[in-house]
Amino acid sequence: MAAYSVSVALTGSGGAGAMTAGQILLDAASKAGYYGLMTRSMGPQIRGGEAAALLRISTKPISSLDDYYDVLVAFDWGNISRFAAELPLSKSSIVICDPEQGEVPEPIAQYGAQAAALPMKEIAGSVPGGRANMVGLGAAATLIGLPIEAVIQVLTAQLGRKGEEVLAASTAALRAGAEAAKALPAAAQLPATKHDGAERWNISGNEAAGLGALKGGIKFVAAYPITPATEVLEWLAPALDKTGGALVQAEDELASINMVIGGSFAGLPSLTATSGPGLALMTESLGLAVASETPLVLVDVMRGGPSTGIPTKSEQSDLNIAVYGLHGDAPHVVVAPTSIVDCLFTTQWAVYLAEALQTPALVLSDQAMGQSRNIVPKPAAVPYTAKRLVAEGTLEAYKRYALTESGVSPMAIPGTPGGQYVADGLEHNERGTPSSQASDHQSQMDKRFDKLTNFDYGNHWADIEGEGEIAILTWGAITGPVQEAIERAAEQGIKAKLISLRLILPASPEKMAEALKGVKKVLIVEQTHGQQFAKFLRAHYDLPQMAVVNRPGPLPIRPAEIVNRLLAWK
Amino acid sequence: MNATTQLTAADFKSDVKPIWCPGCGDYAVLSAVTKALADLGKPREDIAFVSGIGCSSRIPAYTNVYGFHGVHGRALAIAAGVKLARPDLTVLAAGGDGDGLSIGGNHFMHACRRNVDMTYIVMDNQVYGMTKGQASPTTAPDWCNSKLTPEGTGISPVEPARLALASGANFIARGFAGNLNDVARLIVEGINHPGFSFIHILSPCVTYRPEQREWKNAVHPSADASPAQLVAEAMHRLAADDGYTTGVLFAGNRPPFMPERKEKATFADIEKKFVS
Repeated sequence: MAAYSVSVALTGSGGAGAMTAGQILLDAASKAGYYGLMTRSMGPQIRGGEAAALLRISTKPISSLDDYYDVLVAFDWGNISRFAAELPLSKSSIVICDPEQGEVPEPIAQYGAQAAALPMKEIAGSVPGGRANMVGLGAAATLIGLPIEAVIQVLTAQLGRKGEEVLAASTAALRAGAEAAKALPAAAQLPATKHDGAERWNISGNEAAGLGALKGGIKFVAAYPITPATEVLEWLAPALDKTGGALVQAEDELASINMVIGGSFAGLPSLTATSGPGLALMTESLGLAVASETPLVLVDVMRGGPSTGIPTKSEQSDLNIAVYGLHGDAPHVVVAPTSIVDCLFTTQWAVYLAEALQTPALVLSDQAMGQSRNIVPKPAAVPYTAKRLVAEGTLEAYKRYALTESGVSPMAIPGTPGGQYVADGLEHNERGTPSSQASDHQSQMDKRFDKLTNFDYGNHWADIEGEGEIAILTWGAITGPVQEAIERAAEQGIKAKLISLRLILPASPEKMAEALKGVKKVLIVEQTHGQQFAKFLRAHYDLPQMAVVNRPGPLPIRPAEIVNRLLAWK
Repeated sequence: MNATTQLTAADFKSDVKPIWCPGCGDYAVLSAVTKALADLGKPREDIAFVSGIGCSSRIPAYTNVYGFHGVHGRALAIAAGVKLARPDLTVLAAGGDGDGLSIGGNHFMHACRRNVDMTYIVMDNQVYGMTKGQASPTTAPDWCNSKLTPEGTGISPVEPARLALASGANFIARGFAGNLNDVARLIVEGINHPGFSFIHILSPCVTYRPEQREWKNAVHPSADASPAQLVAEAMHRLAADDGYTTGVLFAGNRPPFMPERKEKATFADIEKKFVS
């Protein structure tokens, strides 16, 4: 356990209010000056399934869960065996449970944590209108040393509009829980902190991706609902409405991607968001966007696969389809956010890249980032917005696919006189006329490859931190645990360098070679069963001696596992 | 300086030579489309013409407007995207019976009910020509001239106009490629009618369905004095229809779908919600 943080899990059957309690706790921690992270674990049921709010509260910014939870508050034990593995506890952890719900079940008891009974339902029953989740929340906050006043402050802001009665009942239940907690065994305490006064945000990865899209200049979105990407769309729908854009719910993913192609062809920066099954349906038309050089952004919030897989839980296993899924030689851009808040930057950058390069850009987020909330310092504004090279004025003898130095050719937008051309998935000549000639295929293929490889991606291709003879190569949501592992390893005398790839495609072999100078060993960390990332790296980069830490979802990779692997190398 | 009023049908044709077989009905449809566009009197650059895959889907390249020749079956989705992004453009989509009613069948149903203001031309020859003669969703069940279904498909064909009506299309017309001027008039009417307009054109494939040369004797105008304006009335007429009635079959008055786009807030307003 890190000295600067405390981890709390709140669990219960759907309707027990674990998620609500978790969100209030996260907000309250922020009010009290702490940083925080809340991921969620949900069953597949729409109502009544198991739900866990998994929090870590910290005195400094964090983007990783800890190795175990210090406090587990179980409102009930419904379906606990399904997700007990996602609730690691230590012997010094405290399990708060309602004696009314029976003994601590074996999947939890086996961790050997200390159990403490708290009759949450009974206490809630003594407060008119009181609910057990508020009792549990009050107890959890008090146990870890979070001032109850901060919780009440958040509750007041959230419940104020529901009327005084509701607020009074919740506040009373909260205080009753806080009072009862005094009789419970001591738990890990939050170190004291003070808000530095600088603005902080409470944001989820899916919201951040939506905001990044908006700031990048997206004006048109067509999409089909799918877990865990739907929140990107639910956030964007009203936001686009307020900023002069539009979102359309399509009949399926085939329509979504093609509507987006149409919107972009017509001149608007356009985006869709989906998850694995939707991405699979969209791949044919992604090829169309590559061939017709139509810019678009596709946000894929990855979940467990293949097929329907585990819709509510995270995995990094869409890497292969994102990189290799298109038929034919189809160069395109694939980027990946390196944290929850980086979903903002990376999506905004993806809009810029797609528009500048006139190609589809895929953003590989995942459930662990998309549906988790993070308290973070206000993200800095960046200048990346859609700047498409367009053909303007009255055009003559216009060639849509003219061979240029950069490979990018000026695009005529409908309405431009003389710019009429036919965008085509058929191979074509410079004018856009279908052609099956070898020379046209070669030159247009070169153009589509060269425009991506000639482009200057700056230093955004990877997040690189630290120095050492060991480098840890990783990506996406696993970046947080790796950062923390590197910090901890340093305390044990192991120096390691972080290289978290943001630009997956096109590969950056020269920059990687530079970053790997002096590195003798490489540890690759990823959340797939098939070592997709390691295989991708081996195909595109020269790497020294390497080892891989990998596991499929849904269990997150925790810092201790990575530290242990580094120690084994010592 | 708008010289477009003087544009002729020829001005709407490109210099790309069609891949179609001699005698294909699609030549006449191309002429009807370009005549319709000339009659419409809009500048070429303000028109977008979208298609999928198949013989007839090659049509945008033979015109001189902005075009998109997409993947198989998705013309209507691209066309909807174009119109939703750019309501100022006149949007047409075109393709064959296989592209629109088989692989693209789901989009056809939803385009009818979504009612985006655009015009969809299906050139129906009851066969897959580009893959050399297989049964399409409008092929009769006992057509045995495909190696793929030598005993016939044994399944009943889709009647496009009925499907369009049941799905909520706002304007439905049928034409015969042999009657070029009538088809051009139907296309103009379809474009001018608000919402989703479906123009079903019987366009013979003389290569794989030579018997369709007889269509010229089968087609006939409607016995009804005016197009149906009520769905129930149109359904009643189409239920009794022989599939060869030409003219406007339904003209509804459902308002088109078009999200309003207006700036009402700044990024700073939107970001305020994240402040913790």
